[in-house]
Amino acid sequence: MPVWLDDVLWTYQTLIHSLGINGLLALSMYVVLAVGQLSLGQAAFMGLGAYTGALLSLHTGLPFALVLAGSALVPALAAALIGLPTLRLTGVYLAIATIGLGEVLRVVYVNAEITGGALGLSGIRDRTDSWMILALLGAALAGCFLVGRSRFGRAMEAMRSDQTAAAVIGINLPAYHLGALLASAALAGLAGALSAHSSTFISPNEYAFENAVTILSFAILGGTGSPLGPVIGALVLTALPELLRPLHDFRGVFNGLIIVLVVLFLPRGLLPWRMKRLGGAP
Amino acid sequence: MSERPGDMSERPEGLSGRLGNVSERPGDMSEQTESRGALLRVSGLSKHFRGLVAVAGVGFAVEEGTVHGLIGPNGAGKTTLFNLISGLVPADEGAIVFGGREIVRLPVHARAGLGIARTFQNIRMFEDMSVLETVAAGAHARLSAPVWHCLFDLPRYRAEERAVAVEALELLEFVGLAGRAGERAGDLAYGEQRRLEIARGLASRPRLMLLDEPAAGMNPHETADLARLLRRVRERGVTLLLVEHDMGFVMELCDQLTVLNFGRRIAGGAPAEVRTDPAVIEAYLGKKAAARLAARGAKP
Repeated sequence: MPVWLDDVLWTYQTLIHSLGINGLLALSMYVVLAVGQLSLGQAAFMGLGAYTGALLSLHTGLPFALVLAGSALVPALAAALIGLPTLRLTGVYLAIATIGLGEVLRVVYVNAEITGGALGLSGIRDRTDSWMILALLGAALAGCFLVGRSRFGRAMEAMRSDQTAAAVIGINLPAYHLGALLASAALAGLAGALSAHSSTFISPNEYAFENAVTILSFAILGGTGSPLGPVIGALVLTALPELLRPLHDFRGVFNGLIIVLVVLFLPRGLLPWRMKRLGGAP
Repeated sequence: MSERPGDMSERPEGLSGRLGNVSERPGDMSEQTESRGALLRVSGLSKHFRGLVAVAGVGFAVEEGTVHGLIGPNGAGKTTLFNLISGLVPADEGAIVFGGREIVRLPVHARAGLGIARTFQNIRMFEDMSVLETVAAGAHARLSAPVWHCLFDLPRYRAEERAVAVEALELLEFVGLAGRAGERAGDLAYGEQRRLEIARGLASRPRLMLLDEPAAGMNPHETADLARLLRRVRERGVTLLLVEHDMGFVMELCDQLTVLNFGRRIAGGAPAEVRTDPAVIEAYLGKKAAARLAARGAKP
């Protein structure tokens, strides 16, 4: 590896970590949007992963790979628990149910002893590095591409455009909805664990509803036609505040303005591509 | 015969039963004897939406290889009956036997897997997909390449997808959309979208296809083309059950008709018989019948 690249990674380590983590969160949103559902539980699943990862690191001597696996698994189990009874919910109803999950968990974090209450958990050893985070993002992105370009991706696009027509051609909607919710929760949990270790400190407020909206805006800004869109959206929205630093106090204004302009003038997002598939490309 | 539902004979005869008494009785009897070869047999099927009775104890059989028409005035429950058969809404009671198998409790996608395809009154397109991909999506229920092969583009998936594409192109030609494979489905004209919906339905190689008002919004020329297309679909071995308001189209195309009114079956038989059936004429035109039914509707 050239020395200058190492220097860059080191200098912008925090930014690169957030880029990677937010990219994973954007993908976790994408996975749900890809089957035509809307979940606002991403921040809650992230929090579940973060607390699981932090507690495992603080109290056990597990290797980091296992800590990460556990941090993906626990939110996925939670998703299965709330997913099964809410499978019949679609659109805003699922969104509301998942917001509810987030609030319940936040109150648990604030009040439970093991999660450190409102103060959160600190002194988590940083066991991450830039390459690890970027590699995990790359793997998640590749996974989304592999699924998306196959007949499963075609089925997902069908259900995204018209659920009724998709069901009638034999697509098992509940199975896809549940699968997407599980994958989404696992990705968010992974991102949560990475961010907990990267920042060495977590508190309940990091996983509140606003954060779910931010994650949604990654996906909307980037475009949901392909998995690359949400990741690009996450990159832009993570880097933008840094790039707008010279604007000082007006930074937030411009940040918001750019989102509004993109949504108004690029309704399909920054990356309006859709995935090409074998059967679909004549 | 073991799966023959017993409630056929026990079905409570309501007012409309009396209305269609003369014609319905013999119709029912012939159904019972002929329905050995029935691909689809619906009996005692009911659906209520709150206080509204959408479908009330409907029974009829669709013979394999026929075009069966479902007609009746607006609000007769035709689309609800379609939704019950395809599984989009759950039935309150009754039986639906398809290919000798009771399917009334099966979810929508499982019924599709057994060979029931359908189109919609308001066309439902996968707007952003290409025309070819739309038809390929229609084949979903019968694709079986292992997950691993699908994800990593391995030989069995490739071969399956190639076969799907070839068949999809053939179907596009069959419905008259040859050369349009690469276009965006949502960009097709109305009549073309109707044809694409039919091709998408055929891609699953169904045994039965439900067509909800396939000729709606079409001019006489297009309607004639559609009738020709549907006859060729039947020649492919697909049994058709269709809801349609265009009576010329129905009478010309259908082998058998079932007439619904206010959620009940009031008549059935060959188009020539149904056309002259007093109960049917009353349902469509009769003032007395309308008044009587309205009076019943007001009573809870």
